[in-house]
Amino acid sequence: MTSIVKPIIPLASLPKNEIGLTIRDYEGAVSTLCAGCGHDSVTAAITHAFWELSTPPHTIAKLSGIGCSSKTPTYFVRGAHGFNSAHGRMATIATGANAANRELTYIGISGDGDSLSIGLGHLAHAIRRNVNMIYVIENNGVYGLTKGQFSASADIGSRLKKGEPNAMAPIDPVLLGLSMGATFLARSFSGDKAQLVPILKAAAAHNGLALIDVISPCVTFNDHEGSTKSYRFMREHEVKEIETDFIPIRKEIHKSLDENDATEITMHDGSVVRFRSVPSGYDPYDRQKVEEYIRERRNRGEIATGLLYVDESALDVHELNNTPEYALNTVPYQKLCPGSAELAKMMTSFC
Amino acid sequence: MAIDTAQDTTVRVNDFAIKLANVNGTGSASANSLLMQAIFRMGIPVSGKNLFPSNIQGLPTWYEIRVNKSGYTARALDYDLMVAMNSATYEEDIKDVRSGGYVLYDSSWPLDEHLLRPDVTFLGVPLARMCIENFAAPRERILMKNVAYAGAVVALVGIDIELVSDLLSETFARNELLRESNQNALRLGYNYAKENFECPLPFRVEPMDATKNSILIDGNTAAALGCLYAGATVSGWYPITPATAVMDNFTRLCAQFRREPVENPAPGELPYKNNYLIIQAEDEIAAIGMVLGASWNGARAFTSTSGPGISLMNELLGLAYYTEIPAVLIDVQRTGPSTGMPTRTQQSDILLCAYASHGDTKHILLFPANPRECFEFAVQCFDIAERFQTPVFMLSDLDIGMNDWVVPELTWDDSYVPDRGRVLNDVDLAGMAEFFRYTDEDSEFVTPRTLPGSDSKGAYFIRGSGHDKFGVYTEDSEKYQEVVDRLKKKHAASATHVPAPVVERHDGATVGIITLGGCDLAVREAIDQLADGGLVADFMRVRGFPFVPEVRQFVEEHDYCFVVEQNRDAQLRSLICIETGVAIEKMRPLLAYGGFPLSARQVVDGVTSQLENKQ
Repeated sequence: MTSIVKPIIPLASLPKNEIGLTIRDYEGAVSTLCAGCGHDSVTAAITHAFWELSTPPHTIAKLSGIGCSSKTPTYFVRGAHGFNSAHGRMATIATGANAANRELTYIGISGDGDSLSIGLGHLAHAIRRNVNMIYVIENNGVYGLTKGQFSASADIGSRLKKGEPNAMAPIDPVLLGLSMGATFLARSFSGDKAQLVPILKAAAAHNGLALIDVISPCVTFNDHEGSTKSYRFMREHEVKEIETDFIPIRKEIHKSLDENDATEITMHDGSVVRFRSVPSGYDPYDRQKVEEYIRERRNRGEIATGLLYVDESALDVHELNNTPEYALNTVPYQKLCPGSAELAKMMTSFC
Repeated sequence: MAIDTAQDTTVRVNDFAIKLANVNGTGSASANSLLMQAIFRMGIPVSGKNLFPSNIQGLPTWYEIRVNKSGYTARALDYDLMVAMNSATYEEDIKDVRSGGYVLYDSSWPLDEHLLRPDVTFLGVPLARMCIENFAAPRERILMKNVAYAGAVVALVGIDIELVSDLLSETFARNELLRESNQNALRLGYNYAKENFECPLPFRVEPMDATKNSILIDGNTAAALGCLYAGATVSGWYPITPATAVMDNFTRLCAQFRREPVENPAPGELPYKNNYLIIQAEDEIAAIGMVLGASWNGARAFTSTSGPGISLMNELLGLAYYTEIPAVLIDVQRTGPSTGMPTRTQQSDILLCAYASHGDTKHILLFPANPRECFEFAVQCFDIAERFQTPVFMLSDLDIGMNDWVVPELTWDDSYVPDRGRVLNDVDLAGMAEFFRYTDEDSEFVTPRTLPGSDSKGAYFIRGSGHDKFGVYTEDSEKYQEVVDRLKKKHAASATHVPAPVVERHDGATVGIITLGGCDLAVREAIDQLADGGLVADFMRVRGFPFVPEVRQFVEEHDYCFVVEQNRDAQLRSLICIETGVAIEKMRPLLAYGGFPLSARQVVDGVTSQLENKQ
């Protein structure tokens, strides 16, 4: 059973967001993942982010493929509409859904097997099309549901619980995204909710595909010595030089003097992402420099996390296709059908 | 060189066939369709079949024109005139002409003696020489040869030259230079034939009034029109022969009819917005995924593809079936298996589509026989898909999709209201205590759905994994079976919503002939020919799956039936047998699967030989 109904216990003391909902309203069913699974922490961060954003639950569409990560949309925002699709195909469903109704907030949850192996092509093309959605990869380096085979994100030299070390180069979704023209790239760690929540909120505000690679350890199959996706490895190798804050559209922005040097970017909806700290010379708007930075860190055995790259000027799938502001599924049929007179007129061209 | 021998001087009006042998990529296609179009404009039933290679330039290609006053315009295998424009295929082309027929060839070069046939008349026209003398540009010299031979054919079969001239002027209305060249070339060929041959030949055209209120249209264009009129707004697709033109046409039509004007556009902004989104996907898996995503959101969405695409889509078709999401697929069938022969026709995706995907699945299929049905059935596909919340396939084929057919004008009933199926809105939800996705089935076993964005009370989680009627994950046998059993009943209930079979009974018939799709005309012609020979047969063309009880009854009413279809394995026969339980011995396969459109002769010969074998 993946969806045990969670009892809703009214707690008067819980704070309410701008639309009067508590964090409980953004929760879902009880997780059936292994105790300590990184994915559950990601679920908690997503729950928190949507609550803080005051997104009406019914305007959220949550999608996934197949795998441990893909189970998680049941575990957050029970009032949202959900689509647990086929292995690797989430991006295609999300693309079509977004095409039909651009007004919803789309969040796709995927894993490294789902997105970097079977669905790699779809991820690449969803990035190219810049489908307006949050795309979370809960990246643990292994196939959990089939009991611990390497995935395509496994690092060279990392070891399974039993067996040989991995000898093949890993696919890094952030570097992949940089080369595919991604417009929002972030990396985080499931154990760092303080970093992940603002990234998720910025991703929701982003106009286009916001890819978040979350290293999310698999406690059962990939949390041992020799793993490069374990809690311990992440704690020891994560480099959090890039720190961001998310300032929602409704809040007045106060700048203090010492923040004058901070880099800010105004998102499509008017909210602001502020880079609180970035390493000297780092430019989150410069694709080439970001790539150099990530590679350099990687060569040192470090994993750079944070909102790594953002381009808010790019056009999303709808702007690229010159569709209207409103959702296509709301266009009345009378507007879509040219009618009998036009057809009769057209017939003269088939003679 | 005109060897005048066994000429057939019987005059035959509006009843003959021409085959034109060309080299692919030399511009012959437009000259050939020009001839066909002119005959159509003279009011005579006609068909044009393009038998082309999977190639852009250089390989042999043929075009067949059949003129038939009675409306028998299926492929004819008896050619009265061969326009032999490809020296590489002279040998086989000249063999193809019926005894007493004619060969038109380019006499700029002598014809090898061994090719000559004493029972055929050879008409040499120095096309290359004439074009070199009359045109300067090298490309023009090649292209104009086509219009010049068309001019000769116009004279030879008595087509109205002014009508052809008008057609050329229409085609090149915006290009004076090309218009002039084409007109000159037309006259070159026409005049040469007039001066050197006895025109018209014994077989010829004479104006009729049989194409009034008819049009000349290909099935892919008609299907695209159907999708436009059905109100489709989203499509995902991947280029594939022979289906690409469906989406090309849909794109063109949307650009014409689906643009919302923008008042005072900002600088750099277009003065309109597109009320549609067509996405060229990375593969067919993505194409159907996009359709499902859009349909989940309540848009009318479709994809067009061919067999190889359906193979790739299988996985998500099972998901759509099991989670009950509408989808419309236009499958323009080609010759399989694998890559097969991409530019040849077949009806070999019947079983693939009927049971697409792993596990127990059954889908709804519509079988159009011509472009008019492509238009009408495309609209019906959307209604059925949304009503039954499931994928619906329209199985066209290369012959229907890519060739021009004479069909009655397409008409539209403005009172049409799309059947959007059972969709609950927020008002409906407000009046309900609780919503569960797969409960509250109606008499057709359909349960209401909600669309994303509707009130949280209607929110549910689509899952391709085992689920109960509440939409909740289950591994419980009974709860699982309850849902899949309903799906089976729902599929069966759709039988009365697919187009009914066309049945024609004849007095004294003891056998029946069952067919589908583009075999229609050839089978009807064959039935008439068989009747002339003393064998009376009833006719049934199935137009949809699941089958209505009438299909089984038809088989049972006859001593036996022939099932005429274009695949090796008698797929329609199998499907009828599996799904109706009728004894397979009652149905004899009659198969033509070489990749070309069916001809009546193949049916007549097939029936006759089976009857002889029986005796």
